[in-house]
Amino acid sequence: MNRRHCLSLLGTTPLLLSGCASVAGASGAPADLPLRGTGDLGVVVARATGTLAIVDTSQRTLLAQVTGLGDLSHASVVFSRDGRYAYVFGRDGALTKVDLLTRRITARVMQAGNSIGGAISADGSLVVAQNYTPGGIKAFNAATLELVADIPAAYENGKLSRVVGLVDLPGRRFAYSLFDANAIWITDLSDPARPVTTQLPNIGRQPYDALVTPNGRHYIAGLFGEDGLAMVDLWEEKPRARRILAGYGRGQEPLPVYKMPHLRGWAVAGRRAYLPAIGRHEVLVVDTDTWQEVGRIPVAGQPVFVMARPDGRQVWVNFSVPDYHRVQVIDTTTQSIVRTLEPGKAVLHMEFTPRGESVWISSRDDHRVSVIDTQSFATQATLSIDSPSGIFFTSRAARLGF
Amino acid sequence: MHDKNAPQSHRLAQAGTSPKAGSSLRGLPRLGIWLALLAGTAGLHAQPVPPTAPRQQELVRMVRQDCGSCHGLRLTGGLGPALTREALADKPFDSIVATIYHGRPGTPMAPWKAMLSEADALWIAQQLFAGFPESVKDRP
Repeated sequence: MNRRHCLSLLGTTPLLLSGCASVAGASGAPADLPLRGTGDLGVVVARATGTLAIVDTSQRTLLAQVTGLGDLSHASVVFSRDGRYAYVFGRDGALTKVDLLTRRITARVMQAGNSIGGAISADGSLVVAQNYTPGGIKAFNAATLELVADIPAAYENGKLSRVVGLVDLPGRRFAYSLFDANAIWITDLSDPARPVTTQLPNIGRQPYDALVTPNGRHYIAGLFGEDGLAMVDLWEEKPRARRILAGYGRGQEPLPVYKMPHLRGWAVAGRRAYLPAIGRHEVLVVDTDTWQEVGRIPVAGQPVFVMARPDGRQVWVNFSVPDYHRVQVIDTTTQSIVRTLEPGKAVLHMEFTPRGESVWISSRDDHRVSVIDTQSFATQATLSIDSPSGIFFTSRAARLGF
Repeated sequence: MHDKNAPQSHRLAQAGTSPKAGSSLRGLPRLGIWLALLAGTAGLHAQPVPPTAPRQQELVRMVRQDCGSCHGLRLTGGLGPALTREALADKPFDSIVATIYHGRPGTPMAPWKAMLSEADALWIAQQLFAGFPESVKDRP
C-alpha cells in the first residue's frame, strides 16, 4: 500500500524519487511494523549525508535512517501536533515531510534557495519556513506542503532581508526578525490569503536569532551588532520593541564569535531566564518580571545553546569551536556550574527527553550521540550516527515556540 | 554604517569604545596587510610553508563543518556569503585571505587567527578560489 502510494507519486514529483527509493532499504517494511505511539520518538539530523535518523527514546535505539533530504547543514525540524510527522527544513531550501511511523518521506518541496528553519502553527495547519534566499517567510499547507502564503522581507527599495528567529504565536501568527533590516515583523496568517504584517523597525542592529517565552508573551531577539537584546511584549495592544540587558559587554572588547548562539530552546527556570552572551564566555541571567540582569555565570567558551531541563532545575550549555568538546551544567538553585562533561568531539546540539530524565547530545566529529542521565551524569547509551547535528523529539509538538 | 572592508576595526569600536591594541596592521592598505601577513609567517621567504597533508585534511573538514555553520556545508551561503569558486570569481584574493585571518568587522565574520596560521589561511583561500575539496571520509 505504501509502496504503491509512493510509486504513484513518482511520476508527478521527481523529488520524491530519492526519498522513496532509499527508504525502501530501511529496516522492515511498514506493513511489518507493530502498532506504536510517537511520544517517545525523535529524529537526529546526520547533516553530512542528508539523512534523518529516527530514534526511540525509551529503548535508546536507532529505528531507521531516511535518506535523500539534501543539504542538511543547519537543518531544523518541527513536528505535526499528533507527533507523527517531522517537517525538516534544509539549508538548500527544501522542506521535507517525513512520516516517523512508516519511516518514509511523504512530501517534499524546494521552496527557497537558502533556508534556515521553520515553525508550525498551534492548530497544526500551517508550516512556515524562514529563508535567507529569497529573504522572507513562506507558509505551506501542513498536509500537502502546498504554498499558501509568501511574505518577502522587503526593506529599502525592495531589498530582501535574511530572516531569523521565526516562532509561532497563538492565533496563527508568526514573529520573526530581519537580520539585514534591524526589524521584527509579526505576520497574522489567520487568513493565509490575506496575511497582515505588523512591522517593528529599528529594534537594534543585526538580530541573529530569537525566541518566544513558553507563555507566548515575550519575543526576544538577540543582537549581534550591539550589546543587548530586543524584547517585545506581545500582550500589549500595540507591541513595541524595547532593549533589555543593554551594554552587557560593559564596553569590554568582545571575544571572537566563531558560531552564532541559538536562542530557540529558551532556558527559563522559575522567574529567571538564561541567555547566551555574544562575544563573552558567559551566560546572562535575567529576571523575567523586571527584565533586569540578576547575574552572569562564567562558562567554558562562547555559549551556543543554553537549554533548561524541562523542570528548570538545571541549565545545560554547549559551546562554539574551539571549546565544543565540553558541555556544562548549571544548577539553577545556586547559579553555579555543577558539572563539566566531555561527551565527544564537536558537540553541536542537546535535546532533553520529554520529562528531562535524560539528555541526548550529538558529537559531530565522533559520529556519536550520547544519552546521559541528567541526575547522575552517567552515560546510559551511545548511538553511532554519521556527523550528527540537531536532535529533535516529538515532545516539541506540544510546545509553543518550538 | 562603516567600511565593511576595513581590516581591523572592531564592532565595539564603532560603539565608541577603544579598539583593541596590539595589532600593528591596523590602517595599512589591504595589499600592505597581505604582504605583512606573508612576511610575518615566512620570515625571509616569499611564501609561507604550506600546511602538511594531515593538516590540509583537518582544514578541509574545518571549512566544511565549522565555516559551514554560516557558509553552508556546500559553501553555498547562509548567514555568511557563498564561498563557491563561482561566487568568489570577482573577489580580490588578498582580501579573502585577510578576511579569514582577521575577520570582517561589522559582520559576523570572526577572525580565525587563534585557530589558523597565516599559511593555513592562505591555503584555504587558494582552495576556495580553485573550488573547495570535499571532506575525506574521516569515520574510523
